[in-house]
Amino acid sequence: MSSAIKDERVKKSTFLNKLLKRPEFGALLGAIAIFTLFSSFDTTGNFGQPGGIAGWTDIAAPIGIIAVFVALLMIGGEFDLSTGVMVGTSGLLTGMLVTELGLDIWSSIALVLVFALLVGFVNGWLVVKTGLPSFIVTLATFFVLRGANLAVTKEITGTVRVANTDEAPNFEQAEAIFASKIEILGSNFQITLFWWIALTLLATWVLTRTKFGNWIFASGGDANAARNAGVPVARTKIILFMMTSGAAALVGIMLVLRLKGMQAGQGVGMEFFYIIAAVVGGTLLTGGKGSAIGASIGAAVMGMAYIGIPFALWNSDWLFTFLGAILFIAVLINSFVGRTSTKGGKK
Amino acid sequence: MTAALELKNVGKQFGSVIALSDVTMEVQAGTITCVLGDNGAGKSTLIKTLSGVHAPSSGEFLLEGSKISFNSPRDALARGIATVYQDLATIPLMSVWRNFFLGNEITKGWGPLSRLDVKKMKTLAKEELLRMGIDLRDTDQAIGTLSGGERQAVAIARAVYFGAKVLILDEPTSALGVRQSGIVLKYVLAAKERGVAVVFITHNPHHAFLVGDRFYLLNRGKMINDFQRETVELDELTRAMAGGAELEALTHEIQKVKLSEDESL
Repeated sequence: MSSAIKDERVKKSTFLNKLLKRPEFGALLGAIAIFTLFSSFDTTGNFGQPGGIAGWTDIAAPIGIIAVFVALLMIGGEFDLSTGVMVGTSGLLTGMLVTELGLDIWSSIALVLVFALLVGFVNGWLVVKTGLPSFIVTLATFFVLRGANLAVTKEITGTVRVANTDEAPNFEQAEAIFASKIEILGSNFQITLFWWIALTLLATWVLTRTKFGNWIFASGGDANAARNAGVPVARTKIILFMMTSGAAALVGIMLVLRLKGMQAGQGVGMEFFYIIAAVVGGTLLTGGKGSAIGASIGAAVMGMAYIGIPFALWNSDWLFTFLGAILFIAVLINSFVGRTSTKGGKK
Repeated sequence: MTAALELKNVGKQFGSVIALSDVTMEVQAGTITCVLGDNGAGKSTLIKTLSGVHAPSSGEFLLEGSKISFNSPRDALARGIATVYQDLATIPLMSVWRNFFLGNEITKGWGPLSRLDVKKMKTLAKEELLRMGIDLRDTDQAIGTLSGGERQAVAIARAVYFGAKVLILDEPTSALGVRQSGIVLKYVLAAKERGVAVVFITHNPHHAFLVGDRFYLLNRGKMINDFQRETVELDELTRAMAGGAELEALTHEIQKVKLSEDESL
């Protein structure tokens, strides 16, 4: 440890070595494997073609948009189980503001986003103030919203769904931005795909290249040490909860615009898809490590499985079993890669 | 010379529990002041009072001659009082340079485009660590891959770089082996050389004696003794810290037990 010359002690990292160290490496490997698997068992000859890709990215995009922010939240050391139901809540709320109050679509969207940020704030504030595990706090939010979705929808519309949201003034404008299709190579891709890509890039930039991103890693890595270094841990976590909730609302808005209505039970059960996507993508369950791109790769894997299984003429009833196996294998690979690429004791 | 930090008759009570009473001490810039105390002597309360976690219940707190009070550790940090906690100094999974600049990130660009100046921070971290005598292979490696001594050293270098006038070290050597402790003590001296007023809190008189200029003994929440470097020997320090008479009584007791064991054999 005495030499001042650095280069002799550090081997130039090869590209492969650098790749191995990335948290999303395992997911990338898995995604390639699964793509290859479904391409070879594909009976339609379509899976790897633009049409097929448009199909599975349509499934993956809404999962990915939320999973990316769930990943940031998890890197920051917290969970959110209310994301799935929040998709339903925001869609229903948008619909009701339009059909019941006769608001125009843009003000409805703005109000819903504000509402979602408020829910995120309450989640974060309760976690930070009470010190209770976010698992419990957001589980409570999940149930509160789930009940409210059904009760309020029934109370106001008399049915379990909101319909005819396309009657709203300016509906076409919003539809063009949130729920249209874009033709590439003769296939229609959902615009959600481009939202997903843009948000993944944005989240990656925030996470790795901004002060806030540094604080996310620090808050999840060791909240006490972060606080001692002057990081506003509470504020960081509350903002992360707000971002997650906001992302869920965005997906809810996209969905209600596309379907021109929404069921009261929409989104319930999806919260685990987001968490699985983040974990498959190399996000550490205990926080402090992970990547936004990884979460998106995780979401892509889910989209491929969703479409690939029926394309291979396998029984779609096994989808969840398949996803469970992928989750387990991915975590196994991630922990193995993590161990070999960052040699040396942790403590 | 005005002391960098001075406590006058500082006391701290938690309800009916008196954790600190009538603590008076001064810390000069460019010296190492050791606070020695056994478990339960009040070291933790003293650290938390110095670093702004607790406000003192009574007494005065002077920073470079002027009376002050802190509302939070952040407040104390802004005034130049940095604390390096035993286990809570760094974040294992983050790289060395990210740890070094945590909470003081250098950014470039404006407004929403404000982003980390990664290159500058990497270079600065490496240079600054080298100036303190810490020669790392790669500041990109996770700090958790460094040894315990090296991690403490990085935390000390960080505090010095960000302009700490007073550096409080909470048992920096307690969890370390002999060699690692030596590494840390070297950087404690390096901080002193750079003009920082170091408060070294420890229960190990051997480590304190190696680097200290002044020694305060804390027992049951009170400063029971105060030695200058020139006038004290290690033996005396150790004995005073263990409570002199108490230790002798203990020695006698142990000898008695041994004797009776020998007889019964």
